Amino acid sequence: MERSVLLKRILWTVILLSVLLAASILLGILMGSTGIGIKRALLSLTSSRENDPMLHTIIWQIRFPRVLLAALVGAALSMGGLVFQALLRNPLAEPYILGISSGSGIGAIIGILAGLSRFPGVSFTAFAGSIVTLLLLFLMSSGKAILKSNSLLLSGVMVNSFCAAFIMFLISITQDARLHNIIFWLMGDLSMINLGQVGILAAILTPCFFLLFCFSNQMNLLLVGKEMAQSMGVNIRIVVPMLLLITSLMVSATVSFCGPIGFVGLVMPHLLRLIFGPDHRVLAPACILGGGTYMVFCDLLARTVPDQGEMPAGVITAMIGAPLFIILLKRSGR
Amino acid sequence: MSPVIAEDIEFFYGDQIILRRLSFSVVRGDFFIILGPNGSGKTTLLKIIANILKVKKGDLRIMGNPIENHSRRSLARTLALVPQMAPVDFPFTAMELVLMGRSPHLGFLALERKNDLELAKNAMEFTGVLRLAHRKMDQLSGGEQQRVFIARAICQAPEIMLLDEPTASLDLTHQIRIMDLMEKLRKEKGLTIVMVSHDINLAAMYATRLLFLKAGKEAGIGTPEEVLTFKNLERIYECPLLVDESPLGGFKRITLIPNKFLKMKIAGK
Repeated sequence: MERSVLLKRILWTVILLSVLLAASILLGILMGSTGIGIKRALLSLTSSRENDPMLHTIIWQIRFPRVLLAALVGAALSMGGLVFQALLRNPLAEPYILGISSGSGIGAIIGILAGLSRFPGVSFTAFAGSIVTLLLLFLMSSGKAILKSNSLLLSGVMVNSFCAAFIMFLISITQDARLHNIIFWLMGDLSMINLGQVGILAAILTPCFFLLFCFSNQMNLLLVGKEMAQSMGVNIRIVVPMLLLITSLMVSATVSFCGPIGFVGLVMPHLLRLIFGPDHRVLAPACILGGGTYMVFCDLLARTVPDQGEMPAGVITAMIGAPLFIILLKRSGR
Repeated sequence: MSPVIAEDIEFFYGDQIILRRLSFSVVRGDFFIILGPNGSGKTTLLKIIANILKVKKGDLRIMGNPIENHSRRSLARTLALVPQMAPVDFPFTAMELVLMGRSPHLGFLALERKNDLELAKNAMEFTGVLRLAHRKMDQLSGGEQQRVFIARAICQAPEIMLLDEPTASLDLTHQIRIMDLMEKLRKEKGLTIVMVSHDINLAAMYATRLLFLKAGKEAGIGTPEEVLTFKNLERIYECPLLVDESPLGGFKRITLIPNKFLKMKIAGK
């Protein structure tokens, strides 16, 4: 009890979830759609490259970056959900549902069509898109109304449909090979990535994670209420815009790499809150590690469930997340 | 030194004036209750003292220093706020909520030590909610929630406590319990209490001083004995009422007079 019970809790949570994440990453690189047995893959991990160069390439150049990307994306989206739920005091808030992901999607597609590189070009246009949507969302449900589930969700639905229409418009005026890219990207695709790009994404996300963790106690106070938070010393004029900015940056960075993947930010914070309680100082690291684990598993399912080929990971996350959203909405109405 | 001194403070949204040229001071150990009709600016005044709204004109001093010289954190160490009750829809336990009151005293991540835990327990003991420490907030009744919020404010170890209608929407037992709690806090811990209320009778029994607001202007300030007069109250509330001595003795009692009763009296004459 000398330092703090909480510090112990944070450490144990981090250790437990790190083990889970490591296990899921291992499983993620051992299994795949090529029909190579786990045993053979495991052998190739321990032996040198010469024994099985083809498998070596599949594991280290295709699966490994993809699995790492999934972990990063899952972590970022879960954190995004966590922050929005605290800021809007609404358990249904999430970057995808709010339309922030679609907004950065528009930005990203414009970037792709303009022939920009994924980084920094497309990431920047995606960031611009997410900021514009965020502003739009706040203008539409200005002030207190956004705290109410209904108006918040309706605003999100409208932003989403507008963005969807705009994306369709952009697609319909595109006719060359970029079309296939855009459509796969839209479904939430993790497959087109190399290790260097994963490194760039990690370099953007890691400082964001750290900053959000530093703000985790402020998020606790904000969840209780803005006035109460202010009276306990939180400078909301600085903290709230900072949180929004960091989260938008994080979400748009992931969106620019792998498209708008939905509902991860809804599923993971909820599950982890059930296990670890509502304290953000524990939840923030839990979301980073647990969200990563979840996404790696979703991507693994996407790669192994179809008999032939694979499907985008966004399909799996939506199939799990959307029903959960409806259950939560029903429960919150009571 | 007076904990709160206001001189000619004003507040307005655009051209809508909420508070005009208000001057008063709260003495250390006061039970200072702000009364007045709906929309008279009571809550606005409380929010200004809590530095949630910024005063537009005039001079407001907290513990002798102009309010704009306090940082939010340093102010949070001298001044705690219990806002109007709002529906609780987050799953924190009562203990977790009370511990949040330690935040302004703690550093990075506000990691609480044993000492903070003790303070939280003492505060919950004081308000009689220690046995609820590990219950979730959304499972508690309104009266229990209010006492947890007050325990949180006590845990903040302030010198001034601000409360916005803490007894509204509570039943009679809980109303009197909250008011007794405030009295105990003032007497035993030497806190200064500033409270917004609608209940003139409760205010008459507990306040050391009253401030009446009407349309943003001061409409009477002083001890309950001084301000709770028929003339004052009729002018402020513009409704038929009766002011007499409480059967308990030593307090003023205000009775509202229903319209049908007035008609009967007139007809009877």
